[in-house]
Amino acid sequence: MTKPTPETLANRANPATVAAAAVAPAVITVPPTPATGAGSLVRSLEALGVEVVFGIPGGTILPAYDPLYDSSIRHILVRHEQGAGHAATGYAQATGKVGVCIATSGPGATNLVTAIADAYMDSVPIVAITGQVSRPSIGTDAFQEADIQGITLPITKHNFLIQTPEEIPEVLAEAFHLASTGRPGPVLVDIPKDVQQAQTTFAWPPVLDLPGYRPTLHPHGKQIREAARLIAAAKRPVLYVGGGVLKAGATDGLRKLAELTGIPVVTTLMALGAFPDSHQQHLGMPGMHGTVPAVYALQKSDLLIVLGARFDDRVTGKLDSFAPDAKVVHADIDPAEIGKNRHADVPIVGDARHVIDELIAAISGTASGASSYEPWWSTLNDLRTRYPLGYDEPTDGTLAPQYVIQRIGELVGPDAVYVAGVGQHQMWASQFINYEKPGTWLNSGGAGTMGYAVPAAMGAKVGLPDTAVWAIDGDGCFQMTNQELATCALEGIPVKIAVINNGNLGMVRQWQTLFYEGRYSNTELGTHKHRIPDFVKLADALGCVGLRCESKDDVDATIKAAMEINDRPVVIDFTVGKDAMVWPMVAAGTSNDEIMFARDVRPAFEEDDL
Amino acid sequence: MSTQNKHTLSVLVENKPGVLARVSGLFSRRSFNIDSLAVGETENPDVSRITIVVNADSSPLEQVTKQLNKLVNVLKIVELDPQQSVQRELLLVKVRAERAVRGQVLETVELFRAKVIDVAPDTLTIEATGNPDKLDALLRDLEPFGIKEMVQSGLVAIGRGSRSITTGPALRAA
Repeated sequence: MTKPTPETLANRANPATVAAAAVAPAVITVPPTPATGAGSLVRSLEALGVEVVFGIPGGTILPAYDPLYDSSIRHILVRHEQGAGHAATGYAQATGKVGVCIATSGPGATNLVTAIADAYMDSVPIVAITGQVSRPSIGTDAFQEADIQGITLPITKHNFLIQTPEEIPEVLAEAFHLASTGRPGPVLVDIPKDVQQAQTTFAWPPVLDLPGYRPTLHPHGKQIREAARLIAAAKRPVLYVGGGVLKAGATDGLRKLAELTGIPVVTTLMALGAFPDSHQQHLGMPGMHGTVPAVYALQKSDLLIVLGARFDDRVTGKLDSFAPDAKVVHADIDPAEIGKNRHADVPIVGDARHVIDELIAAISGTASGASSYEPWWSTLNDLRTRYPLGYDEPTDGTLAPQYVIQRIGELVGPDAVYVAGVGQHQMWASQFINYEKPGTWLNSGGAGTMGYAVPAAMGAKVGLPDTAVWAIDGDGCFQMTNQELATCALEGIPVKIAVINNGNLGMVRQWQTLFYEGRYSNTELGTHKHRIPDFVKLADALGCVGLRCESKDDVDATIKAAMEINDRPVVIDFTVGKDAMVWPMVAAGTSNDEIMFARDVRPAFEEDDL
Repeated sequence: MSTQNKHTLSVLVENKPGVLARVSGLFSRRSFNIDSLAVGETENPDVSRITIVVNADSSPLEQVTKQLNKLVNVLKIVELDPQQSVQRELLLVKVRAERAVRGQVLETVELFRAKVIDVAPDTLTIEATGNPDKLDALLRDLEPFGIKEMVQSGLVAIGRGSRSITTGPALRAA
């Protein structure tokens, strides 16, 4: 095997394409040229095809900002480094390219930590570049010194502390390669100030030296045949689809596989959009707030075909009672995910696109048809009819948050990108907006980072300037990172922010309602009672248009008004009732069999038990 | 002390700063216990070899091996079967040895093919190498004389026979 060449490894739509770097377009070649370390850094980023970076300068990264001043790379000056990190993540999730964020040493670097951890949990390709104190000062508790390499060790795919200016091009190329190939993830590059200032030579392309990094892209033929054999024999199979399918660009293949076999599909929170919500074979999202048919299908399945998913606890519920009768075909690009939580009868290591293509080829050769799943489908269709997603109109006359979110989805449509924060609004956005296309749903799934939505929407809009980007945010989340709206207003990034304002930390309040006898300890935020802050005034102060909607009758008109504004960001304060709850729900730590369709309403499974 | 769930892993890594921290950090972070750890260069100065004795059932062991394999600086992991490998620890122990018992101490040293490497009027410092069982036995025999201080290395191990784990494609570029 020859070493991968770096010139096209950055900014690639998916890992499979990267693996085929042999067919790469224009290779940038630069003979050795004198440069400072900082110049070498910026030229490396240019050579890697970086178009935009999100960051804030500071003492130890200052040298890098000087050549950046003359660079073709657009630098977006954020208001907090966490915003830079989430913006890079949103950019990467929306475009499939590597997102880049830059911060100075010490607090600048540590402010990136939440965003890096978030990207790590959701396998998002970002590269974080941090300044570090000069080499002689490292380890002396110098001003603004933090061991960011040590701090980010457990939350990066890999990280580097650059030791000499000569290694800058190679390390940057390696960082982009690591971030974007295999199972994607964040990579941090820490660069001491004196390394940035030192004289060196810049040359491109460098040679990658990653002898211990060899992701497996192509699945083993024997395992594929074994999977095909199990699929042919199954009576109640389910395609359990995770975010890996989106990252691999395997959604067309998934659709082919599903239609070829007639097998029901569930898509996890990270996979929404991988399979059209409107497709007849789509049962919805499984898990804690999944649909009854999706949860039931997994529980009663005799074969789970798991593609790029990882048996997260929010999907499985109590692990030892999850899908008790199912054999498991588990395909993932990360071998460590296979068998981690659930034993795999057929382990398949490989890129989801190759896995799906080869499964299609193997299955096409066997005699299996949709007809054999007839009894399975009739059970599932019956559940679909009896337990659809829905909500009750509030009896106190308040605005239903679910209605607001549903109308946004219907009026804005399936071409827009929707970005959620974390909590009730996130779950409703996953339930009541229809996702038809890959890359139209961004959220913080694994880490559950409140405050993700505004900066991630900013990053997505920068990457896709011609696409409408709507953040569905909560009033709690919004108050964590809304300072980036100033960035959006100044940089011409017209995002829409729908604040589903229920005046509370809604999901926590829901748990207090259900599990703490309604003792609402510290969940009331005062955004209703005291209107502090007033989100309309706040939007105005941040250079955005602020709108408010308090009644059902105004919802459509408000959304349409927001859609008309494209020269500034728009914030809508949707003042909604505080008592709405997310249903269905599998309480944390309980079995999926205990799913509640609504409060005190358990679906009647027993009678249709197979 | 049960050796039921003890496994010896030979981990070949790039000889770069911070690699040991990555490896040991992974163990603590994923709640695996390291019984012993030894690290040193190999015949190739770009490659270090970490020998880890880990106490784990087979399924968590598989998980830790997979997680270790994900570390970019890890080149290769081999589990060494105790039957098919030679395993050694080094022990330095300072034992009370007044004139009256010195002969007995030296007899024990002789019996275990250990060496006296330092002599003081009332103590002897003894060096011994061997597998953990032998060193445990030696310590048991020395204990009655009074152990003043001891230090033990991590276990190092190498496969029997002519095959080598440090050759092969994984190490090509290292």
